[in-house]
Amino acid sequence: MVLAKIFDFAVLTEWIDSTLSSFMPSWLTVLTECVLIGFALLLTYSVLALFYIYFERKVCAAFQCRLGPNRVGPWGLLQSVADMFKILIKELISLKYTDKFLFALAPYLVILASMLSFAVLPWGKGLQVINFNIGIFFLIAVSSIGVLGILLAGWSSNNKFTLIGALRSGAQMVSYELSIGLSVLTMVVFCGNLNIVDIVEGQVGLWNIFSAHIPALIAFVIYLIAGTAETNRGPFDLPEAESELTAGYHTEYSGIHFGFFYLAEYLNLFVVSGVATLLFFGGWMPLHFPGCDGFNAIMDYIPSVLWFIGKAIVISFIIIWFKWTFPRLRIDQMLALEWKYLLPINLVNLVLMALIVANEWHF
Amino acid sequence: MISLSILNSTLAITAAVTGIGLVALAMWIAKLISPRSFNVQKGEPYECGIPTRGESMSQFHVGYYLFAILFLMFDVECVFLFPWGVNARKLADTMGMQSLLCVAIFFCILVLGLVYAWRKGALEWK
Repeated sequence: MVLAKIFDFAVLTEWIDSTLSSFMPSWLTVLTECVLIGFALLLTYSVLALFYIYFERKVCAAFQCRLGPNRVGPWGLLQSVADMFKILIKELISLKYTDKFLFALAPYLVILASMLSFAVLPWGKGLQVINFNIGIFFLIAVSSIGVLGILLAGWSSNNKFTLIGALRSGAQMVSYELSIGLSVLTMVVFCGNLNIVDIVEGQVGLWNIFSAHIPALIAFVIYLIAGTAETNRGPFDLPEAESELTAGYHTEYSGIHFGFFYLAEYLNLFVVSGVATLLFFGGWMPLHFPGCDGFNAIMDYIPSVLWFIGKAIVISFIIIWFKWTFPRLRIDQMLALEWKYLLPINLVNLVLMALIVANEWHF
Repeated sequence: MISLSILNSTLAITAAVTGIGLVALAMWIAKLISPRSFNVQKGEPYECGIPTRGESMSQFHVGYYLFAILFLMFDVECVFLFPWGVNARKLADTMGMQSLLCVAIFFCILVLGLVYAWRKGALEWK
């Protein structure tokens, strides 16, 4: 019980709120808190993105029997910070035939989508920014703004490579969004809730992947495949296939302009694995098994934030693993996989889940 | 929720402003410290170093359009399924198997749409 108190971040935030409101008018309190939240978001967003870039480079290196970044800082930990500064001092090339307004707008949309979906994720009890009662639906909705940014980037660059890259990316993200939506819907049927906090707190005894067994497992596998496609990674990186399209939709972007797409891609990787964690692996909940009291008590000692980040990183590792295991798909294979395999399987899975929920065949 | 005194919509706007602020700030810093040099060739579209041939905004495959239409149809139907999904457990408790039967009719229409598109060859990439 004491531990539950320590790991409850609502205590901390309520203390900040009461301290601020004791000497400030209410509008100023709200403003100050919003600024604080903004800074916290900015900090976690950029630190996480930098860590993910480092993490992916190290994992890729391990798969190829290389060392990876190891010169800047201990174990190369400061490599991505150095890269960030390098990218800031690169020239922003202004192109002749681009649509200037849309060209500048595209990175804003991409970052906006990833930032909004990032803000919905709960990191621990009471440690989340936005808590809508339609949380998971909001997350699906805002994350699909990103595809607009990618389409705009490709179209406004006035370049054949970027146009093809953007169209491929649009077709891919739009198709796989369906699978994400349906596998999330499968879990929503099981949880009976759209609020992310309620979904996570419903898994206090047993994680969804165990309690909803077969349909949850199928939904998780489909979610993982669709999530990989949604982040334009791994075998689904045909929008930016470097051997045929140079860099796909961001070929014409330079310097920090390109950096934004890079940043958003890695943050989307975290968001996708974070949502998988929340839906299937109990979010910040420690691993509990009914009946094993000693084991459960030990697991309670690990802070909730560590649980969440740990699970998210493990799922990200699996997604990165995909990249080095499967060859890149062709566009017809990619669309056939979604529409002829994942979508029908998903629909059948949804029916199965509805039957299981109606007959209470779950744990 | 971080604090009870702030509305969720305010927080959503805060997150959106933070995202826009991040891009604006980084762009501003980059414009301050990055070098500038002008060259006519730099402004050309990148096409592996050779001059661009023909129109860049060329016609593209109609298949992309077809899949976008298909997506629109299925996504709207998926959105309609969400309200049912939230209440599925409660409905099953109160109405039993009848609730499943009701949604099965809607579901069949959705599947019929997919079967129709499949039979028509809309899912083939030609």
